[in-house]
Amino acid sequence: MVLSHGVSGSDDSVHSTFASRYVRTSLPRFRMPEQSIPKEAAYQIINDELMLDGNPRLNLASFVTTWMEPECDKLIQASVNKNYVDMDEYPVTTELQNRCVNMIAHLFNAPLGDSETAVGVGTVGSSEAIMLAGLAFKRRWQNKMKAAGKPCDKPNIVTGANVQVCWEKFARYFEVELKEVKLSDGYYVMDPAKAVDLVDENTICVAAILGSTLNGEFEDVKLLNDLLAEKNAKTGWDTAIHVDAASGGFIAPFLYPELEWDFRLPLVKSINVSGHKYGLVYAGIGWCIWRSKEDLPEELIFHINYLGADQPTFTLNFSKGSSQVIAQYYQLIRLGFEGYKNIMENCQENAMVLKRGLEKTGRFNIVSKDNGVPLVAFSLKDSSRHNEFEISDFLRRFGWIVPAYTMPPDAQHVTVLRVVIREDFSRTLAERLVLDIEKVMHELDALPARVANGDSATAAAAASEREMAKQREVISLWKRAVLAKKKTNGVC
Amino acid sequence: MVLSKAVSESDMSVHSTFASRYVRSSLPRYRMPENSIPKEAAYQIINDELMLDGNPRLNLASFVTTWMEPECDKLIMASINKNYVDMDEYPVTTELQNRCVNMIAHLFHAPLGESETAVGVGTVGSSEAIMLAGLAFKRRWQNRRKAEGKPFDKPNIITGANVQVCWEKFARYFEVELKEVKLRDGYYVMDPEQAVEMVDENTICVAAILGSTLNGEFEDVKLLNDLLDKKNKETGWETAIHVDAASGGFIAPFLYPELEWDFRLPWVKSINVSGHKYGLVYAGIGWCIWRNKEDLPEELIFHINYLGADQPTFTLNFSKGSSQVIAQYYQLIRHGFEGYRNIMENCHENAMVLKEGLEKTGRFNIVSKDEGVPLVAFSLKDRSRHDEFEISDMLRRFGWIVPAYTMPPDAQHVTVLRVVIREEFSRTLAERLVLDIEKVMYQLDALPSKLMPPTLPAPLLAKTAAKRTELETQRSVTDAWKKFVLAKKTNGVC
Repeated sequence: MVLSHGVSGSDDSVHSTFASRYVRTSLPRFRMPEQSIPKEAAYQIINDELMLDGNPRLNLASFVTTWMEPECDKLIQASVNKNYVDMDEYPVTTELQNRCVNMIAHLFNAPLGDSETAVGVGTVGSSEAIMLAGLAFKRRWQNKMKAAGKPCDKPNIVTGANVQVCWEKFARYFEVELKEVKLSDGYYVMDPAKAVDLVDENTICVAAILGSTLNGEFEDVKLLNDLLAEKNAKTGWDTAIHVDAASGGFIAPFLYPELEWDFRLPLVKSINVSGHKYGLVYAGIGWCIWRSKEDLPEELIFHINYLGADQPTFTLNFSKGSSQVIAQYYQLIRLGFEGYKNIMENCQENAMVLKRGLEKTGRFNIVSKDNGVPLVAFSLKDSSRHNEFEISDFLRRFGWIVPAYTMPPDAQHVTVLRVVIREDFSRTLAERLVLDIEKVMHELDALPARVANGDSATAAAAASEREMAKQREVISLWKRAVLAKKKTNGVC
Repeated sequence: MVLSKAVSESDMSVHSTFASRYVRSSLPRYRMPENSIPKEAAYQIINDELMLDGNPRLNLASFVTTWMEPECDKLIMASINKNYVDMDEYPVTTELQNRCVNMIAHLFHAPLGESETAVGVGTVGSSEAIMLAGLAFKRRWQNRRKAEGKPFDKPNIITGANVQVCWEKFARYFEVELKEVKLRDGYYVMDPEQAVEMVDENTICVAAILGSTLNGEFEDVKLLNDLLDKKNKETGWETAIHVDAASGGFIAPFLYPELEWDFRLPWVKSINVSGHKYGLVYAGIGWCIWRNKEDLPEELIFHINYLGADQPTFTLNFSKGSSQVIAQYYQLIRHGFEGYRNIMENCHENAMVLKEGLEKTGRFNIVSKDEGVPLVAFSLKDRSRHDEFEISDMLRRFGWIVPAYTMPPDAQHVTVLRVVIREEFSRTLAERLVLDIEKVMYQLDALPSKLMPPTLPAPLLAKTAAKRTELETQRSVTDAWKKFVLAKKTNGVC
């Protein structure tokens, strides 16, 4: 064993990484290696393997920020070793979080007096924020039902079928029934009238989305508020609204300031927004804001008392990094209202450039609306020979990651491709993407059809029994394909 | 308005940050500012305000890693814009997480076949891991009760009163009753016998801690396993164990490999560990490992299907950064078993240096054990004139953050100071800390006691003393004392 140590010593000091033996040996994948390896080798090996990940900036599937200014990167690096939860040790970082909460609360028109502090919390993302908001609603509802002497064991929540997967998680983990308003062809968000219909005395709240994941559309929260207020007046239940503004919360105030969707509507009691989407911060930060203290039951809040100072906390996570909170504050003061507005207007412009480019090809239907989150969701006019999934595959070869999804029930027959326009998606990139999509269509046109649907085109010529049998086969194939793509609403 | 714009541009291009007007104006604190400011100004202003935060490396309160090698910092910054949850877009990062899960599962002796993959998940920290593990236990228990036709509306979980606050959160948020085994003077962890006694048919699991927050002690998981096994045979309930190895999970395998606390014990069904404590990664990564597939109910797992590939997920958080997962993998392969062992041995050594230094002053009782998490918890032998909170305050002036805590019930009369020995707490720093503590004791000895009611000048004191009865005086002393102690309610400790 001494001999091996000697050899290793010579390797470490003399050989460059790629000359050393460390790149010759296969790294253990499932068990920790016995020995240490030099840090340069560890760095190189991992760095090189990561080259095969997608390029985050070409990942057009994601709403989550993939670029920040170098000055902000410096702040992030400097605070990466600060454990956010040590509030007493890092009072300034804690104060920065509080400032962000207040700024965002005011952005959402929370009804706060001049010197009143907002009620809200920084989270790891909208998932945590939604779980906290849901918990608050659930506890309030339970308390109300207990006080009225009624059973409180069957809470439910009303949402659209277009909700992001975290609502399903909330429902499943916290034992709340999820009552989904089904979509319909051409109407891909929650219908307020249908939602209010589903409300019963066990409903803890109705969740509306500002910026639907699948097509970026804003739900009509005002209409929901008005209909719900009507129903509440009749029934005496106080069913309230939570707005999942994960994407839209940092868009609507800048592009559509007249749109009433936030605390200006009296039944809206809490709102979540992702700092890491259009809040323009890297992944790992979200915000949940409550209308007022009454909407957040005191019994859910923990009081932690380090070295004398009382710090109330309501989060699911405890230790976590401070970098994203500091980065959020940087963006809020660096850009200000003016800066955010400029960025959102640019995103909107570039989305229009992409949309017009796609329309000009004549091959696509545009499924997304102009108003809403700056994204372009489009589907093929003719998907008889090739479908959107193949386009998505082919685009990967150019480096672009453009996902294809089927819509949730009852619109599962509709498949869309979706491009999210983020801050760093310039007009140049938009034009290049259109060119590459045209190239892909050209290639696909030259290939034979892949999909079984092609058979139905010849069904007319067949005998009636054969036609029925074929149709049956097509339907079952299609069903299998769709079900295999089933849980594609787990999309961020 | 045109005029202001012109002035602003001139400012931006010509003036250095501290010459510009941006450091003259007060930043809005509660509302977003209307206008943008230059990035250099934004950076400088925030950076400067953050100078007043504590120095993370001198924060001896925390178990969480505060230093990593520069090569790892490079990997972290390079992956900071990768959203971890986009598994299909970042398959290598996903693969690295899976490798970490497997490595840690094997470290904990999960009973896996040669080509069997481990069941586990990366989380944001032990809080999330514990909530997931608790959820799994709760669901399994509910399914079992439903199958037996018994009521399942009153689940409870048994822990020691020394548990970290996230167990209380789990209990409160997921509507499980928390049955705590009380501590007592001299015994600051969960007593396995008392715990097993409290188990009833509604108990979803018993949670043991490997590395108690307050004094670093390892609970006797083996004894708990054996006692629970006996009770399960008698009652037919299958109450199992979850081990909260947040700190101990990356210490015991390297310093105490013979200690049986993990999946070697048959009743241990899940374990959580913090990657960001002795896993040696910055804050933001934890791991939850289950013994095998049966211990994680399938209905809790979501299947996300992007572009065709099925990726099962079971987490509370969705989008989050990838940096810490990559950093954890870096540490596991960079150090290997040998490296982790060397680091833990160094930590232990330095903890002994600190402990011996404190013992030599003759003023302190050492409350922590030698075995366990490398930390030193100590209290004053004589608290009549000054207490541990004052020592903590005065150490701050030297730059050290050393917290003081009261123990949970029923040992609330015991207060300790606690120093956590992390990877980068060298012997030099340990010796310096002892010196500074001696300086603080010296300064405190010279100060009048804070704990007695304020003394009035002598003539006045005589007058007022004559007017008050002895009973009243004693009552006012007791009141002052009560108020002082209650103000220091300090159980929510990490």
